[in-house]
Amino acid sequence: MRGSAFLRAFRLGISSLLLHKLRSFLTTLGVLFGVASVIAMLAVGEGASAEAQDQIRRLGSRNVILRSVEPPQTGDENAEMRVLSYGLTRDDFDRIEATFPAVGRAVPVLQTPAEVRQGEDVCRPRVLCTPWTYQDVTRRDLFAGRFLTEIDEETRALVCVLGYEVARFLFPFESSIGQRVKVGEHYLEVVGVLGSRLPTGSIATDPSSEAGGEVFLPLSTGRAFFGERQTEIRSGSMDVQEVQLHEIIVEAERDIDVELVAAACREMLRREHDDKDYEVIVPLELLARAAETKRIFNIVLGSIAGISLLVGGIGIMNVMLATVTERTREIGIRRALGAKRKHIVTQFLVETMVLSGAGGLLGVGIGLLIPWIVERTAQLETIVTPAAPILALGISVLVGVVFGLYPAWRAATMDPVEALRHE
Amino acid sequence: MTELGSQSAADRPAVPAEREPVAVLEGITREYRMGDEIVRALDSFSFSFAKGDYWSIMGSSGSGKSTLLNILGCIDRPSDGSYRIRGRDVVTMDDDALSTFRGKELGFVFQSYNLIPQLDVIENILVPVMYQEVVPEGIEERAQALAERVGLGGRLHHRPMQLSGGQQQRVAIARSLINDPALILADEATGNLDSKTASEILELFDELHAEGKTILLVTHEPDVGERSEKVLQLKDGNIESVYDNRSGAAS
Ligand SMILES: Nc1ncnc2c1ncn2[C@@H]1O[C@H](COP(=O)(O)OP(=O)(O)OP(=O)(O)O)[C@@H](O)[C@H]1O
Ligand SMILES: [Mg+2]
Repeated sequence: MRGSAFLRAFRLGISSLLLHKLRSFLTTLGVLFGVASVIAMLAVGEGASAEAQDQIRRLGSRNVILRSVEPPQTGDENAEMRVLSYGLTRDDFDRIEATFPAVGRAVPVLQTPAEVRQGEDVCRPRVLCTPWTYQDVTRRDLFAGRFLTEIDEETRALVCVLGYEVARFLFPFESSIGQRVKVGEHYLEVVGVLGSRLPTGSIATDPSSEAGGEVFLPLSTGRAFFGERQTEIRSGSMDVQEVQLHEIIVEAERDIDVELVAAACREMLRREHDDKDYEVIVPLELLARAAETKRIFNIVLGSIAGISLLVGGIGIMNVMLATVTERTREIGIRRALGAKRKHIVTQFLVETMVLSGAGGLLGVGIGLLIPWIVERTAQLETIVTPAAPILALGISVLVGVVFGLYPAWRAATMDPVEALRHE
Repeated sequence: MTELGSQSAADRPAVPAEREPVAVLEGITREYRMGDEIVRALDSFSFSFAKGDYWSIMGSSGSGKSTLLNILGCIDRPSDGSYRIRGRDVVTMDDDALSTFRGKELGFVFQSYNLIPQLDVIENILVPVMYQEVVPEGIEERAQALAERVGLGGRLHHRPMQLSGGQQQRVAIARSLINDPALILADEATGNLDSKTASEILELFDELHAEGKTILLVTHEPDVGERSEKVLQLKDGNIESVYDNRSGAAS
């Protein structure tokens, strides 16, 4: 019987709370929403940051990416024809490859705005002209066939590799390997398909360059066909850009050399380029920045969670104070019949803990449901770490203890005679 | 009738010549401070209640009856004086010890029944056991026997709200008996009941008295007072007179 003392207090607490079902339920709502929002926000936040980190990591944490950037427009905006020459040069590439220490491989990428066609189907993916090392340096998975080879590069082979989305778009019902596609004005044979870069599970079939659609051909072939002038017709005017290389992916020899390589690249480009017509992307730095963002996000989230749980706790305290007043006579009876102060404290504390614990449990349930719904409706990745519900539940019970302590103490220190006289 | 007390008829003197004292009060004073004024609800009250006594405590309103009963019941502490129950000094006990002591040695019957609304009959009877460190063997059976004894054997799982006033008071009496206390204290126990129900309750007290329980009953109704063994008349916080209903002798 002694061992079941807590169980009895627990049962008693529940039966007391059931006397006022609506009030008890409303009281738990405060904690419920607090806990649910904490778990949901954590899950969405965690998912977003994991996705961001994943994307950054996909750029290759050992890589430094140099990219040509169109400098701010100068000259006559309305000219019929403009030739804009900017960006990374072949000399930049040679310097990096030949003279930089700590550089493992450097991969040049030339991009052309050509259309890709197959019969009636037309799309505008990113058409990347690049040597065979691209796949390895960017750690891309092969979906089917093979990637470009050294021989393709040397022989200016008329071949191309499709990104998964483009392959799906142009050849929805058959294998694309061995088929011919028209890139710009030239027919190329498809030799392989690269795996999608989009998060697993998401179904994106849009082959446009914005959505990540890609086609790869040998750099030598690309140069021969398209040169270094990219002509695009934009709203009536012809827009000609001259870019020697759109991207240079530099891979450091070892992980610890990344910063060194990045610094050397920045220094070299600063010296060689008058305009700021390039950018240097260091995934490792982005990762660090993402981690910092996540830390700040967590602090903000923690504060919101803290405030909502505080509000919930105050609600509970308010109700418990009313309950104690309402049950003054019961307290008097119990005291007269042998209850020590600690028994009264326990009784009311158990009640608040049941309230906040129930709110916490329901909150965990709803908090787990929200990410599930978000994932299905909004196509957002969410991650529920096991710590989140446990932490939220623990905190909600703690809230019960903290905010239940004062009402319970009030109840326990009542004078029995006064309490018995209470109407 | 079942004998529920620890005593058996054998070790109780048939005609109590000199009964053993159970509650002994000496120079008990209870003062209330009301602003600058000091109200003396009890003024150097000394008395000894013996085992097996059945007292009515009477007196006009404000004479200190309830104050005395609260002190006897250890839910109030005297401003001055000493008080012993079964030889134990209760004035010097700390709150925890006194709480346990109350549950074990004192049985309360209140005017407004004072059952706990969310508990059923049997649970209400068991409340004084709940807070004891040692729970006697077979206490549940005892609670059931007590419920039957007060005529509520068929309503063990009714809530107080589902019982009449008289029935509630019977539960309260059963509850006061569960730990076989040294004193049973009743403040206007029949005050809320009609005369028929009241007399049934008083019959129950008569039976308990016959079993040798010590009963102190506060009342302002003379016919209730007449049914007890002795009457203690209070006035202004002290004894006005003591009257023995059996012998008719006043002192
Ligand atoms: N909490 C209190 N604060 C101040 N004075 C009190 C308090 N309780 C009782 N008194 C005073 O003590 C005196 C005795 O009160 P008590 O309640 O014992 O009277 P009583 O004999 O029970 O009266 P009644 O028959 O009306 O119940 C009264 O004068 C009362 O005003
Ligand atoms: Mg009174």
